[in-house]
Amino acid sequence: MFMKAISATLLLLSSLNSLAVIDAHEFSSEEIRERYEALIEELRCPKCQNQNLAGSDSAVAEDLRREVFILLEDGHSDQEIRTYMRDRYGDFILYDPPVEGKTLLVWVIPLAMFLLGLLVIFFVVRAATRNAAKNIADDFESEDDEFFAGEDENR
Amino acid sequence: MKKLLVFLPLILFIMVASFFFYALQVRKERPVSELASALIDRPFPEFELQTLEGQMINRNALVTGEVTLVNVWGSWCIACRAEHPYLQELAESGVRIVGINYKDPKESAIEWLNRFGDIAEFHIVDRDGRLGINLGVYGAPETYLIDSQGYIRYKKVGIVDDYEWAKIKPVYERLVKQSEAVDSGA
Repeated sequence: MFMKAISATLLLLSSLNSLAVIDAHEFSSEEIRERYEALIEELRCPKCQNQNLAGSDSAVAEDLRREVFILLEDGHSDQEIRTYMRDRYGDFILYDPPVEGKTLLVWVIPLAMFLLGLLVIFFVVRAATRNAAKNIADDFESEDDEFFAGEDENR
Repeated sequence: MKKLLVFLPLILFIMVASFFFYALQVRKERPVSELASALIDRPFPEFELQTLEGQMINRNALVTGEVTLVNVWGSWCIACRAEHPYLQELAESGVRIVGINYKDPKESAIEWLNRFGDIAEFHIVDRDGRLGINLGVYGAPETYLIDSQGYIRYKKVGIVDDYEWAKIKPVYERLVKQSEAVDSGA
C-alpha cells in the first residue's frame, strides 16, 4: 500500500517533465521527429515571446509548429527552416540569434562582462593579498620591535 | 585614486539605470512587445487563395498599381471591431483597403461584415494562416501598407486609430506621390 502511494506520486511528478503541447503529427521517420522536437524548442513563439514553440499553446505557435513539420517532411534542412522563419519573423524568432552584425553585441557583451569580472576579481584578490601580507609584515615588525625593546629592558 | 574606485559601482549603476529609464520612458511609444517586421521593403508574398466571394485570385489582384492598406482581421478578433470605424473613415477618404480574413470560418466573416459594414475592395481568405506566416503575422489586427509596385513599406501590429494614422499618413502620401511619378512615366 505504501509502495503504491510512492510509485503513484513519483509517476505523477515525472509527468511534469513533458512541458510541451501535444500535436498529432505523423512523422515519416524517427529522425524527422527528433529534428522537429529540437527545432520547436529553438524557435520562439512570436506572440508569447518568452516561450518557445514547443511550450506555447497560442494559435500562431500551433501554425508554426505545423509549418516546421511541413518543411521537414518536404526535405528542408534545419538551417533552411531557421532561415525560413527568420525571413518572415526576424532574428527574434531564434533563441540563438545568428552571430553577425548587430546581433554580435548580444554574444559579445556577456562574454566581455564575464572577462571584466574575472579581471576585477584578479585585481581585488591581489590587492587584498598584498594588504594582508603587508599587515602580517607590519605585525611581525611591531612584534620584533616589542621583542627587541623587551631585550633592552632585560639588560 | 583608490577612493574614486569605491564609487565605480555607483557610477555604473547610474549609467545602466539611465539607459533603462530611456528605454522604458522615452521610447514608450514603440512597445517592446511588437516585433519589428522582417518584411519591410520586400515584395508582398505570392499567394493563390479565394476571396470571401469565392473567386480564386493571386497577388496580381492585390498589386494593381495603387497604394494599398492590407488589413489582417477576423470575426473572432475583438480589437478589430474597435479598429473598424477608423478604417471606415480611411476608406471614405479614398484609401484602397484590402482585407485578409485570417483563420476565420467564411460564414462568421460574412456575418461580421454584414453586421459592421464592409470597407474593403475584397477580402483574401487565409483560412489556415499560411499567408499570414509568409507575412510574419502573429495575431490580429495587423495592417500593412504596400506601395504601387507591391512592396511592403510599413507594418502596424495592433489597432490603426487616429494616433496611428498620423504616423502612417506621411508614408502613405509619399508612396502615392511616388506612384504618380511612375504612372506619368517619369
